[in-house]
Amino acid sequence: MSTPDIAKIYGIGAEFKSVVELYEAAEKVRDRGFQFWDVYSPFPIHGMDQAQGLKRSWVSALSLIGGFTGFTTGLLLETITSVFVYPMIVNGKPFFSLPAFFPVMFELTILFTAFATVFGMLAINMLPKWYNPVFNWDRFSKVTDDSFFIVIETLDPRFDGPNTAAFLNSLGGTNITYISK
Amino acid sequence: MAKSSNKVDLYPYWDQSAPRPAGITEAQEKVAKAAILRPQLIGNAPGVKRSYNWITERVCGIIEAPTPLWWFIALAITATTTLLTIGGVLYLIATGVGVWGLNHPVGWAWDITNFVFWIGIGHAGTLISAILFLTRQKWRTSVNRSAEAMTLFAVCCAGIFPAVHVGRIWMVWFLAPLPNANGIWPNFRSPLLWDVFAVSTYFTVSVLFWYVGLIPDLATLRDRVKSRWAKWLYGTFALGWTGSNKHWSNYEMAYMILAGISTPLVLSVHSVVSFDFATSVVPGWHTTIFPPYFVAGAIFGGFAMVLTILMPARLIYGLEDLVTDRHIDLMCKIILLTGSIVGYAYLIELFIAWYGANPNERFAFWNRVTGPYWWAFWCMMSFNVIAPQLFWVDSWRRNWIVIYIVINIVNAGMWFERFVIIVTSVHRDYLPGAWGMFHPTVTDILTFVGTFGLFLTLFLLFVRFLPMIAIAEVKAIAPESDPHYHPPGGHDHHGDATKTSTHAKA
Repeated sequence: MSTPDIAKIYGIGAEFKSVVELYEAAEKVRDRGFQFWDVYSPFPIHGMDQAQGLKRSWVSALSLIGGFTGFTTGLLLETITSVFVYPMIVNGKPFFSLPAFFPVMFELTILFTAFATVFGMLAINMLPKWYNPVFNWDRFSKVTDDSFFIVIETLDPRFDGPNTAAFLNSLGGTNITYISK
Repeated sequence: MAKSSNKVDLYPYWDQSAPRPAGITEAQEKVAKAAILRPQLIGNAPGVKRSYNWITERVCGIIEAPTPLWWFIALAITATTTLLTIGGVLYLIATGVGVWGLNHPVGWAWDITNFVFWIGIGHAGTLISAILFLTRQKWRTSVNRSAEAMTLFAVCCAGIFPAVHVGRIWMVWFLAPLPNANGIWPNFRSPLLWDVFAVSTYFTVSVLFWYVGLIPDLATLRDRVKSRWAKWLYGTFALGWTGSNKHWSNYEMAYMILAGISTPLVLSVHSVVSFDFATSVVPGWHTTIFPPYFVAGAIFGGFAMVLTILMPARLIYGLEDLVTDRHIDLMCKIILLTGSIVGYAYLIELFIAWYGANPNERFAFWNRVTGPYWWAFWCMMSFNVIAPQLFWVDSWRRNWIVIYIVINIVNAGMWFERFVIIVTSVHRDYLPGAWGMFHPTVTDILTFVGTFGLFLTLFLLFVRFLPMIAIAEVKAIAPESDPHYHPPGGHDHHGDATKTSTHAKA
């Protein structure tokens, strides 16, 4: 395998046969201190976050913000309209009838949390991203079926063409390929 | 020590690699080990090994194969049936709500019955996708996609009725939190307004949850389909999913949070639906048991509908190795459990009506049991309480004829439940001078029948164009998806084998 022009390649990919192999390889890549690399699998693998050295996802923080926003929106919507804009006595209840306001506050909390969670997850993952250099690798289409991959990017300070390829090979990776940008 | 009977103490086999105790033959050990093993969730026959690729091929194969003839025939039938609802609704809008059999005192009848019936059916989908996810029920993965789809389609059917029962449909924007021409805002203290928020939130969150679950599977289809158009469409909606673990990490967090918020959501939606009745002063409606009772009933009826559509789909598409007998068995057990809760609620309602010593309340329930709608009450009782008790019998939970009959009785029973609650309560309330009866018109009946057409049409389109089983989730529960998996029969270097040999030497 000849080394191509590094400016034109995105990274080196290796294929692994099973979850167990992928997991063990990921731990070793992590321990080597690589930064710009990723593990690709058809389904989420339990414990892979630790094997890859990932920190806890930030999605939950966004969900919390969304929840607070929804709760406040519900409270303000009901209070402003029922107490200030057009106060009206209904069923002898006070203008500010918090227990009766609760269901709408609750539903809006859930609604805003859901939006924050889904769009927050997509934003953190930087999706949609329809062009991705990994799609240039023909074997990569099996990632959504039954194949497991590790890709180390050229951006990584420790990236060193043939040596990185040899390293992936030593971890049991097969079909080691330079992926063009 | 030697045992004369064939009955083997199963205890040591909780650990399948435990050594064979003395006095047990190899054949007995084999039987005992097989007995203690839980049935596999992927692959039905013992020893059948299903690879990841097999799962992909089987589920995507449904979409990639040429459209079968039966599908066109079925679609033609269901689409024609849908026309009944479309026609009924157009007739109502053009004429007025008088085309339904509504009158004084029965201002709510089939319309609201149908609304509660359909919205309740949707709840099983959310239960499977959210509550069973939080409780780590792995079997949910094979059924959650189609159950969630069912939720969406059921809510679509449900939404039609409250939307058109307002009469002047061009005023339906009054439901929204907007001031009217006099600057008056909707009454936020009204359960009917809470219902608008609850149902629209429920639909929106269900769509989001469903779509998030679909993203990895749409990517699978993007990577497989041949046609340019299909590739472009699936690819667009797959959003460029690569299966990157950095993405999975955030994805799983999002999925868990969606499950976490959908759980109180689904409980709240049917509670709010029950508030439509419970916060009124009508005898028979004004009870505090309504929220939990409605939720249990919704899950009960919903699971019956899940099985009603999943069992034929499983048969037609040969999905027995993904939706196994064990899945069906577990769903029957949930029907049995929730059916018993519903039965308990019926009895408590009757008891409290008597024990509460309110003459109006006592009359309302006595009228339910023995009044002009006695037949509806007894249909409800026997269909919902007695029929599911058949599922106590082990072999009947595996007999698909028994299951199919019972679940369809339950489907009908749950419609009767809502009819009984709504109509028998209002047709005779406080003043005998204001009593009356409800008689459905042809429009009532056909509009309701048409919603089944709509529901099935949407479901047929779903099974044709989208993966009806959550491919990625099913793969994730396979034994070999565990990063510490050791194949059976393989050498285990740091496990019990060493211990056993040392033990044997000592």
